[in-house]
Amino acid sequence: MTTLNEPLYRDDYLNAGYGVKSWFLTLDHKRIAILYLISITFFFFIGGFFAVMLRLELMTPQGDIVTAETYNKLFTMHGIAMIFFFLIPSIPAVLGNFFVPMMIGARDLAFPRLNLFSWYLYNVGGLFTLYTMVTGGIDTGWTFYAPYSSSYTLSDPVPVVVGVFILGFSSILTGINFLVTIHKMRAPGLTWFRLPLFIWASYATSVIQVLGTPVVAIALVLLGFERLTGVGIFDPKLDGDPILFQHLFWFYSHPAVYIMILPSMGVVSEVVTCFARKRIFGYKFMAFAIMGIAVLGFLVWGHHMFISGQSIYAGLVFSALSFLVAIPSAIKVFNWTATLYKGQIEFRTPILYAFGFIGLFTIGGLTGLFLASLATDVHLTDTYFVVAHFHYIMVGGAVMGYLAGIHYWWPKMTGRMYHEGWAKFSALILFVGFNLTFFPQFILGFMGMPRRYYVYPPEYQVLNVMSTAGASILGLGYLIPMIYLLWSLRKPKTAGANPWNSTGLEWTTPSPPLPHNFDEVPEVTHEPYIYEGGSHPHAVPVSDHEAAHE
Amino acid sequence: MIVPKKIYYRVALALLVLFILTIAVAFVHLGPFNVYIAVTIAVIKATLVVLYFMHVRYHTRLTWIFASAGFLWLIILFVLTLADYATRS
Repeated sequence: MTTLNEPLYRDDYLNAGYGVKSWFLTLDHKRIAILYLISITFFFFIGGFFAVMLRLELMTPQGDIVTAETYNKLFTMHGIAMIFFFLIPSIPAVLGNFFVPMMIGARDLAFPRLNLFSWYLYNVGGLFTLYTMVTGGIDTGWTFYAPYSSSYTLSDPVPVVVGVFILGFSSILTGINFLVTIHKMRAPGLTWFRLPLFIWASYATSVIQVLGTPVVAIALVLLGFERLTGVGIFDPKLDGDPILFQHLFWFYSHPAVYIMILPSMGVVSEVVTCFARKRIFGYKFMAFAIMGIAVLGFLVWGHHMFISGQSIYAGLVFSALSFLVAIPSAIKVFNWTATLYKGQIEFRTPILYAFGFIGLFTIGGLTGLFLASLATDVHLTDTYFVVAHFHYIMVGGAVMGYLAGIHYWWPKMTGRMYHEGWAKFSALILFVGFNLTFFPQFILGFMGMPRRYYVYPPEYQVLNVMSTAGASILGLGYLIPMIYLLWSLRKPKTAGANPWNSTGLEWTTPSPPLPHNFDEVPEVTHEPYIYEGGSHPHAVPVSDHEAAHE
Repeated sequence: MIVPKKIYYRVALALLVLFILTIAVAFVHLGPFNVYIAVTIAVIKATLVVLYFMHVRYHTRLTWIFASAGFLWLIILFVLTLADYATRS
């Protein structure tokens, strides 16, 4: 809040220093978030380019544009760029970096140098991967399954494996930084059950990053070791065990899905409450559900291996455990819906994306149950049904949540408002384009079209053409926000401190925030999301509401 | 907290003794017990390193929780992986 005693103009974090050095050596979490934003956007469009090539090739049943080998490389590089270099760092490293300290009333993360170091690690890992992309790529699939990757492929997976290994440390460092920050740097009065749900989500995500990532690092080191030395670890010809690689890989890579989706769930909780002008329904259940998903997510990895040669008993155990994840996931969806119920919903861009998230995540989650069932999974494994399912989670869920967050916090990050009309339009065409791209793939998969093939029988063509047409709309839906968000930077910083009338601590600072966020460390005296005091006709006084919960 | 140097020396000595013990036991034929003994010694050594060299012993309960979580997750990795390997037909 500006008072008469303060100067009319103060340097925000964007103006606090000029020149390349002030950015590349910055210790400000907000500037590091912007650096991450630029890096991950770069990889998003690289991954997007590979996706375009894949969809173009699949327009016709026969091979037209690329050879089978090139096609294998395209889907591999698409997966690696999108999963490791975009989705996993997306919300934590950009929105988390920017807003975790601000939402808990802190002036920075606990370890600012570690934060900057993690960005450099990300880029070093990225350079290794780019090196492979420009020198021929690899064709192993993003999963690097052994023994193909360690003994048979003619491409060289070692640089990418090294890149992803380095990238993993960037992820671990971000996780450690968040954990320590959330434990140690909360503002006075900000108890655990007064934390915004985005903080709970960032906390749960950090736990996964810290506990899961080392295991995939071990798997990748062993893979590189086998490839370079010929010592048998995974290759049966060398007395190794290929299923061991899959266990180690999925121990991380299944929870990695929750690294992608949990932060989005946090964003959706912020957006839904703000634009429905309601308190979140069932706060504690929402917090525990996030932690529950994070923990249960570590117990289900074997559902990726039902037909891989894993024992039937293990399959049964992993199938049963996988069903459990549906419970906290359903709690979240139901509670968002209950929050919206009788809310005074303001249809601004962020909540349009949040609506997209809720619907698409639900479809993605429910189709996951088909795949967690042993009997149906035998039919559906390695078909387009799986591709559609995880794109509903990762794109329909995680990317929609990321875009909801970007649109929600853009005024805070930049001080500028984007063009609301274009933003709503792009949210709409993203939703349409997404469903047109991926819904036909459920049907294709159920009809038996396998994934990772560049040719297919002619009867699958109509649905594939629909999918490619949808992808072109989807691509446009991603380009338009790039344009209007960048365009908004030309405008003056007139967004104001709190354009959405949000209750979060981050909105009590000027937009863009000051370099040190808060002049005075705020003191928190109430729970988050107290929106009912406003114009809502069915507003419940806080004390009554609390009494009802007791 | 500043830990007296002699504690480090004692722990280092204990680690060396356990290291020598590991090698010595490897030369004695005990059937499957060779593995059990080697793993037990390794666990003791790791515990010493975590408690003293990594200072967990001198830190708060929160540090204990995080250190324990690492081991709990390791157990999850082993147990569920063995749910596969121990039941292969």
